Amino acid sequence: MAMTDQAADAALAPAAPAHEHEAIEPAGERASWLQVSPLVLVLLLFFGLPMVVVFVVSFFDFERTSIVPAFILDNYIDLFRSEVTLRLYASSLKFAAIVWLVTLVLGFNIAYFLVFHVDSLLVKIGLFLLCTVPFLTSNIIRMISWIPFLGRNGIFNQALMGAGITSQPLEFLLFSDFAVVVAYVHLFTLFMVVPIFNSMARIDPSLLEAARDAGAGRFRVVYEIVLPLSRTGIALGSIFVVTLVMGDSFIVRTMSGGQSASVVSALQNEVAALQYPPAAASAVIMVVIVTLMVAGILRLVDVRKELAR
Amino acid sequence: MRSADGSRPWTFYFFAGLFTLFVLFLYGPMTVIYILSFQGPQGGMTFPMNGFSFEWFDSLFEQKRVGDIAGSFVRSIELAVVVAVITVVLSVLAGLAFRRRFRGSAFAFYLAIASLIMPGLFVGLGIALTFQMIGWETSWYSSGLGAQLTWTLPFGLLIMFAVLGRFDRSYEEAATDLGATSWQRVREVTLPILLPGIIGVALFGFTLSYDELARTALAAGAKNTLPLEIVAMTTTITSPALYAVGAVTTAVSFVVIITALGSIALVQRRRAQKIGGVE
Repeated sequence: MAMTDQAADAALAPAAPAHEHEAIEPAGERASWLQVSPLVLVLLLFFGLPMVVVFVVSFFDFERTSIVPAFILDNYIDLFRSEVTLRLYASSLKFAAIVWLVTLVLGFNIAYFLVFHVDSLLVKIGLFLLCTVPFLTSNIIRMISWIPFLGRNGIFNQALMGAGITSQPLEFLLFSDFAVVVAYVHLFTLFMVVPIFNSMARIDPSLLEAARDAGAGRFRVVYEIVLPLSRTGIALGSIFVVTLVMGDSFIVRTMSGGQSASVVSALQNEVAALQYPPAAASAVIMVVIVTLMVAGILRLVDVRKELAR
Repeated sequence: MRSADGSRPWTFYFFAGLFTLFVLFLYGPMTVIYILSFQGPQGGMTFPMNGFSFEWFDSLFEQKRVGDIAGSFVRSIELAVVVAVITVVLSVLAGLAFRRRFRGSAFAFYLAIASLIMPGLFVGLGIALTFQMIGWETSWYSSGLGAQLTWTLPFGLLIMFAVLGRFDRSYEEAATDLGATSWQRVREVTLPILLPGIIGVALFGFTLSYDELARTALAAGAKNTLPLEIVAMTTTITSPALYAVGAVTTAVSFVVIITALGSIALVQRRRAQKIGGVE
């Protein structure tokens, strides 16, 4: 039970420390620094420093197998000149948009069902766990498990032909953009459900009742009350889904059978070819774009302010 | 939300149907690959079942046929245990720190969030480059470990925020009033109350490490962890052996999840009994 709540709250924990109004006392501050420093140190060493290195290396030159310290802009210029890169970005953005829309609609409705239609707390927790457990199992295995479904002789085609709906197996199911989207939705919907669930759980049900008593229809209540009051969860879920899709390379590679690529999977190819500086430049640009997208979402919804309520 | 007469509105059935479909969508494919992993020796990657055998599970132990599954499995378990321990210690400590105001708290918080949403492959790339510049070899137990911590620590911290958000500090104040030293207070009051949450952090630390792929991919060095080995398999193995690996991996995950949830339930039942005994 505690588990469920934690999983739900994890994505929504207040950013601000609990006792904002307290004055800083020197002894307490020293204790806090001691307590937080191991975590900060590990993150600086294995996240902060490596990101700085990526930024620096993006200006380096490279030879066949080695990187040469320099300060050149060629890696960036090549990126922007290449039509392939632009197409990769277009494709990644397309996937992000489709997956965002599908997971949002699914996630919103599932959270709505759990919060407003399931009365018993125990059933609610049970169903919530049912949704979250797959998150703790391997993504790759869950991705692979679509192969027997979507293949040429897979269950889906067998069922369609058995029912007489199609006479020939559909070819587009596996190793296609369709398969990529299915896998993304399968893996990432949870990241929408949990934060939206948490936002909705804070809505006072009497608000909905009042609206209905005042004559608002079902859809109007959802549109004018539930939707605006869930916006923090929607924003957080969107941040998760968008960054996950934009940062993915393994799913798009496996599920498209190598036919589609993403910005990050192209970067992975460059790394495999030991072309580190162009890969680093590509990573820097990607981080800038993802940061802008996240900032855009945060501009629409002030998550920190909402959380502090 | 029921109507006045207690009946369900039609939307309930619509949503219940949608939810059922979603659960099927989540679990259906998984279930199918467990069944298919018992495919007979002549069986293929999809139905029909061509007999029933343990052939594909046996094949996992033959290095020549599927690669180093056993070795990578052991490495992944060892790594996951280490990651879980470090994640618990560091995020519990950091969580406690955030209960007071301190300069730099916003920096620490945003560092963790940035680390969480950074595309994993970039983190791995950065670590690999850093090691290369220093002249160290990357390996699963050094650079790989660090890469996974950039993923599990922010999660652990967020869970601790949620746990501590509901923590009633008056218990600690009572302990102090009764003359407990600060160490006694932490050991005998704070940590026991937080125990279910701490088990939750350990569960996340273990499973997130055990399944991690993107961050580890470029930072693991010469020897693969299990997820990396499985990804390599997807391109080379076209037999139900792939499903057998999936079944074994997921079985391990489920054992860990059930153990963790079971111990949380146990802790809370004991606690309820104790409170009942006192009153």
